[in-house]
Amino acid sequence: MLARVRTFAIDGVEPRQVWVEVDIRSGLPAFTIVGLGDIAVRESRDRVRAAVQNSGFGFPQQRITANLAPAFLRKVGPGFDAALALAVLAAHGEVPAETLDDYAVFGELSLTGELRDSPGALAVAEGARRAHVRRLIVPRERAREAALVDGLTIVGVSSLRDAVEVVKGGEPPPLPAPVPNGKLAWCEPDLADVRGHAAPLLALQIAAAGAHNLLLEGAPGTGKTMLARRLPSILPEMSRPEAIAVTRIHSVTGLHADGLITARPFRAPHHTISPAGLVGGGSPLRPGEATLANHGVLFLDELSEFQRSTLDALRQPLEDGCVTIVRAQRALMFPTRFMLVAATNPCPCGFVGVDDRCTCGEPDLRRHRRKLSGPLLDRMDLLVTVGRPAEDELRAPATTSSAEVRERVAVARERQRDRLAGSPARCNGEMDTRLVRRHVRLDERAEQILGDAYSAGALSARGRLRVLRLARTIADLDGSEGVSSAHVLTALGLRQRAGPPAAVV
Amino acid sequence: MSWLIARLAGHLEPVRGRIEELLALGADELIVAVAGAERERVLAERENLRPDRLRVHSEQSGLEPVCRCDAAYPRRLLQLASAPRVLYVAGGVERLRELVAEDPVAIVGARRASDYGLEVACALGRGLASARVAVVSGMALGIDSAAHGGALAANGGTIAVLPGGADRPYPRAERALYQQIRRTGVAISELPAGAPVFRWSFPARNRIIAALSSLTIVVEARERSGSLITARIARELERPVAAVPGRVTSPLAAGPNALLAHGAELVRGAQDVLDVLFGAGVRGASTRDRAGVAPELESMLAQVADGADTVATLARDGLTAEQTLAALSALELAGYLRREPGGRYVVVP
Repeated sequence: MLARVRTFAIDGVEPRQVWVEVDIRSGLPAFTIVGLGDIAVRESRDRVRAAVQNSGFGFPQQRITANLAPAFLRKVGPGFDAALALAVLAAHGEVPAETLDDYAVFGELSLTGELRDSPGALAVAEGARRAHVRRLIVPRERAREAALVDGLTIVGVSSLRDAVEVVKGGEPPPLPAPVPNGKLAWCEPDLADVRGHAAPLLALQIAAAGAHNLLLEGAPGTGKTMLARRLPSILPEMSRPEAIAVTRIHSVTGLHADGLITARPFRAPHHTISPAGLVGGGSPLRPGEATLANHGVLFLDELSEFQRSTLDALRQPLEDGCVTIVRAQRALMFPTRFMLVAATNPCPCGFVGVDDRCTCGEPDLRRHRRKLSGPLLDRMDLLVTVGRPAEDELRAPATTSSAEVRERVAVARERQRDRLAGSPARCNGEMDTRLVRRHVRLDERAEQILGDAYSAGALSARGRLRVLRLARTIADLDGSEGVSSAHVLTALGLRQRAGPPAAVV
Repeated sequence: MSWLIARLAGHLEPVRGRIEELLALGADELIVAVAGAERERVLAERENLRPDRLRVHSEQSGLEPVCRCDAAYPRRLLQLASAPRVLYVAGGVERLRELVAEDPVAIVGARRASDYGLEVACALGRGLASARVAVVSGMALGIDSAAHGGALAANGGTIAVLPGGADRPYPRAERALYQQIRRTGVAISELPAGAPVFRWSFPARNRIIAALSSLTIVVEARERSGSLITARIARELERPVAAVPGRVTSPLAAGPNALLAHGAELVRGAQDVLDVLFGAGVRGASTRDRAGVAPELESMLAQVADGADTVATLARDGLTAEQTLAALSALELAGYLRREPGGRYVVVP
């Protein structure tokens, strides 16, 4: 007897349709699985056999051959168990094979016949919808996540037995109730906790409004990390497609299990991370932190401590919004549209510019500067120094709150969306040269100031483009359609780096 | 003669020793000294030379020649045994005459200079130019350019003495500066239009800088620097030499510190220079001309000078961070403020 069941393999973060074909014929009892599976797939034989028997079904004592088609695609992980078991039961006649055609099945089996939690159900559900499957069987823990995809019925079951019941025509169990959100609003980081820091607060707001990359520089303990951690609290909400994209990635990597992720991701990898860990790689290919931060924030604390190769690996993802990783067999593309926020000490000891506390020698400083300068720094829109707040500022009441700022940010984003409608960019930080030329209109005085700064050598050509983008966002926050000289000057002021005087020559 | 020097430029290249001694020779002696096998040919070419054509050529390049007997020829140069017979001037003979009428000051120094040196050179250039003292330098990268830039920023006059023909910038990287100097100052050279630059051109140029100026200031110079040649020639002409002190551990300070040890005048700012030139307290270095600064920016500048030097402290009296940053950027672009590590702003002297 022959039967086949549809399931989906996850290739990077993309679902790929896989047919599980099972053929049972007379011969010595044997169970072989072909179709380029990894060790987890090979071990699946024993899990499936035990699960089928412990669920109260008979396991055919015949020659069983299972194939995972297409055979060229490498299949990884235990997510094919349930599909294999159902295909075996269908080939054996325990389940009607024709009704199985409406279903796709996804999940790992335990020996008891339980359907175990398996990461990536949302990606599988998207694949199922694309393949026009009407019903998808997933582990019960993943049902709510898979149900985020419209257009097909999600059946969340907790055991193989229940799955068989449903396929035979039984009533599918209702979706589990949502788990109440365990987060308490008042312990989320909020801008209301910040005292002083006038310029960095402004920079955070502008960065959030235009999705600009931001570098915070300052002595240890001044609050760089504290400020960066408050960035998610003022970012605008994600649209539904964005939220689904984020949830899918987090689900595939097993970081998230229940329902839709609504908060923008904030990823803060440690500085010992490898290039593959940051942009994706390894075997099997996994998305890196840059992809996990898609539509959110990638925060690199202690930027100067990261390996040079790791930082260099970020260049393409930053520029293109995606990273393509090529391995011998295939190329995979991961989305990487994130906002880069980095924090660093201004020198190895951290105290340059703070009275006379810096103990670094000239060579140390030069090395530090060289490590920071270059390609990555060039991609930062905002370079802001975080100073020590004054004593009376620490005692002063809060100047602003996240809710207040988020509202302004949302309004500014709205303006950008309207302006950029029909172009690939959605916010000012994503505008390319052509869009900048079209949408950033300077008045005469602003034009002159920017020209002066450029010819004084204070700006590179790329720096000029960044200032234009920034000035556009500042004008958006101001609610102004034109970009004035004040906007350009503020933008110039937010690219703070100590250096030779701007106006020499 | 300038034709001859340009013609023999290649022959001068292998010469070791002091170039000014060779340049002090008469035309025939020079030919004998360096032309070697080409002597006959050079002599013949010299016979057939058409001075009027040379004149037309230099005028086409926008240069005006000034002969040694000309009234516009700087008197001070004549003290030099090797005084150029002709100076080619870009930017106008009349302007050159005005600039050298009173005491011009040379500011020279290292090409690869430190931020400190560049800032001091720029500030000296600005301070002297605003006290109506012309700034002479060689338009080289580093200190020289910073000094010219400072003088131009104060709308003052400046003289660039170029190693090659004065019709084109050398080094080419300073094109923008060269154009600016031609507009409001002068660029001069002893070589005709289009003359290329040789190794000996630099010490030869330095002797003109030293002889043209009443005082030579060395800002930063390594131990074996061309700027020290300028200082030596100035001393030989019995003109005062001054130097800006530096850190004793820095190789860039070796030159000026050695000069100071041997009796050069100490320069801490434009006022010190004016005291040496005109006697102590005779002429004051005007405080910076801040005519173009709006009143609200003026008050911010005063606050920064008083020690309120970060955005956070400045933004406290009624201004938003945005307005403060905009004002600070405007002041920075105008060259009144500079950023320091740690997010502090300091007033540029």
